[in-house]
Amino acid sequence: MTHPENAAEFLKDSQKAKWHDETLWFVRDKRDKVSKGIPEWEQLRELASGIKDNVLANLADYLEEFERNATKNGIIVHWAADSEEHNRLVLEILQQQNCTAVVKSKSILTEECHLNPYLEKHGVEVVDTDLGERIVQFLNQPPSHIVLPAIHLKKGEISELFHEKLHTEKGNEDPAYLTQAARVHLREKFFAAKVAITGVNFGIAETGEFVVCTNEGNADMGVHLAQVHIACMGIEKILPRRKDLGVFLRLLARSATGQPITNYNSHFRSPSSGKEIHLILVDNGRTAQLAREKFRNSLKCIRCGACMNTCPIYRRSGGFSYNSTVPGPIGSILSPGLDLKKHSSLPFASTLCGSCTDVCPVKINIHEQLYEWRQEVTKTQGEFAKGLSMKLANGIFKSPLAYKISGSLMRNALKSLPNSLIYHPLNIWGKNRNLPDAPKESFQQWYRKNRS
Amino acid sequence: MKVNSPSVALFIPCYVDQFYPQVGIATLELLEKLGCQVTYPSGQTCCGQPLANAGYARDTVGTARHFIETFNDFDYVVCPSGSCTLHVKEHFPAIAGLKKEQEALEHKIYELIEFITDVLKIEKLEGKFPHRVGFHSSCHGQRGLHLSSGSELNQPPYNKARKLLENLAGLEWVELSRTDECCGFGGTFAVTEEALSIQMGKDRLADHLQHKTEILTGGDMSCIMHLQGIATRSKQELKFLHLAEILNQALS
Repeated sequence: MTHPENAAEFLKDSQKAKWHDETLWFVRDKRDKVSKGIPEWEQLRELASGIKDNVLANLADYLEEFERNATKNGIIVHWAADSEEHNRLVLEILQQQNCTAVVKSKSILTEECHLNPYLEKHGVEVVDTDLGERIVQFLNQPPSHIVLPAIHLKKGEISELFHEKLHTEKGNEDPAYLTQAARVHLREKFFAAKVAITGVNFGIAETGEFVVCTNEGNADMGVHLAQVHIACMGIEKILPRRKDLGVFLRLLARSATGQPITNYNSHFRSPSSGKEIHLILVDNGRTAQLAREKFRNSLKCIRCGACMNTCPIYRRSGGFSYNSTVPGPIGSILSPGLDLKKHSSLPFASTLCGSCTDVCPVKINIHEQLYEWRQEVTKTQGEFAKGLSMKLANGIFKSPLAYKISGSLMRNALKSLPNSLIYHPLNIWGKNRNLPDAPKESFQQWYRKNRS
Repeated sequence: MKVNSPSVALFIPCYVDQFYPQVGIATLELLEKLGCQVTYPSGQTCCGQPLANAGYARDTVGTARHFIETFNDFDYVVCPSGSCTLHVKEHFPAIAGLKKEQEALEHKIYELIEFITDVLKIEKLEGKFPHRVGFHSSCHGQRGLHLSSGSELNQPPYNKARKLLENLAGLEWVELSRTDECCGFGGTFAVTEEALSIQMGKDRLADHLQHKTEILTGGDMSCIMHLQGIATRSKQELKFLHLAEILNQALS
């Protein structure tokens, strides 16, 4: 299904759509307030964007420096060109450990690689330990938002789900009660897992350490109880120096949820004695995106989700309407690079209002890239008829006479045709909107009569 | 008219020309009242934005060339639309042989309100307009041309239209819950994403109705056409005027 079809479906439940819009607007509003408490906010964004420019311009060097230092620290570094290689590497490590049950904290990269179904197919039980992710996992759904994976669900639905899966009291919707039930359930999984998988928010080239940010502490709980830690990291997550972290940690949580900082910002540098840390560096289309000059900036993304919260389209169509691992504005400029045909409607799922660009903590020009992707989509995926009508329009607009004739034809048609013809089913504009009343003359005609 | 006043060319966007001649007339009269020598170059058509935003920027070369040639001989080009102005400034394809003319155009084209406040340097207009006015902040004017501060950015609040409107005697400015959310027009978006477009428009209208807007105004008739279309269909008691119409009426 295309984005417009999915969006129309989402909007059918108008009460829930309104709730979804207001819930995410609340998060955006919180982000506005907390960001305005930092006088140097705009400078921080500028600085973060500049640091990422440097990273993208020197990515190969930083990655090699990172690998050298991480290896020196005792981390085992792997490279994966694509999702298949990434998944195979994870499975091999699990098999070496004879591990058939693994806990995983939030990682959009492993969603992108479809790691869970792959591991399950090979007999490994994967438990997502982030509360929201565990909820969508119970439902066999992907996350609908990269920071708030279960934001499409209301607490009544979660209560019902937990009653079925965790045998909580029927009808008890108390968030504290439900969370406690999830904690007890997850605690068992934590104790049983020999291997813990995490994502990576930042990898520091200078020190070879990496940083994982969570609010629930679930990454730490998993890692500290397990023998082996597998960290999966997109190659664009590099920062040159540890001191650069200060810039990004100040921006990340404020942009994401309006908190001053995520509750847990854990640095991993060396394995404890007798334990192992594996770090998998994943490309999966990133170097291809790096080579596309107009779209390179999209790799600056730190996955805060602010562009989703602010997007008037995302708020009213939900994360699933995008049918891509990363939904919302940033997803709509990343996903076409992975599969242009599949995601060809996404660059059009925007009014180009520009709000995404202005909330972005690393100043990605998201709406300009949406515009540029449109130009690419029509080159390869354009419907013939649409292309033809646009060429016709150019023919009209470059010729004053053709413009005048078509304009007056249109105005006269609107004046003389009955409403049943103007608002026929093919006139999509008129389905829920009136057309303006046709004036008796155009401005051009008025001007000629009155001024020249 | 002043003898040495700059020569101003009016650019009236195609849909304003065809559907809203009164907005073109108000823009012309307003600029003349402010002492400008205004010409409407005949033969102008469209900026080509509908094509470019639909992904066919490469097919707008003829349109852009015609535009640059039409407006070449004037000191300023003024347009009662932030969106069309932004398109000319930022999204015209590079036209071979007209590099100098194109660069000059990018610097001399202004949206109407910014022309009044930034070029004519008019701080306040004396006039009266005793109505409750709700302002729709159009995205391209706001985030593209910076006609007002954005709620996303950490910057001192300002709004060029508000500055002019608020000085009019009797005008009550309506404070909205969401000061700069998109109305959902978005050019072809209005048709390709019809369901979303309508919902976004309804939500903007609800904000205005909740805060008792009597007249909804803005700098882009495209957004207003969309909002008015929805309001008329659902029989809502709202009036719609372009900023040029309000200012022109207030000054008469």
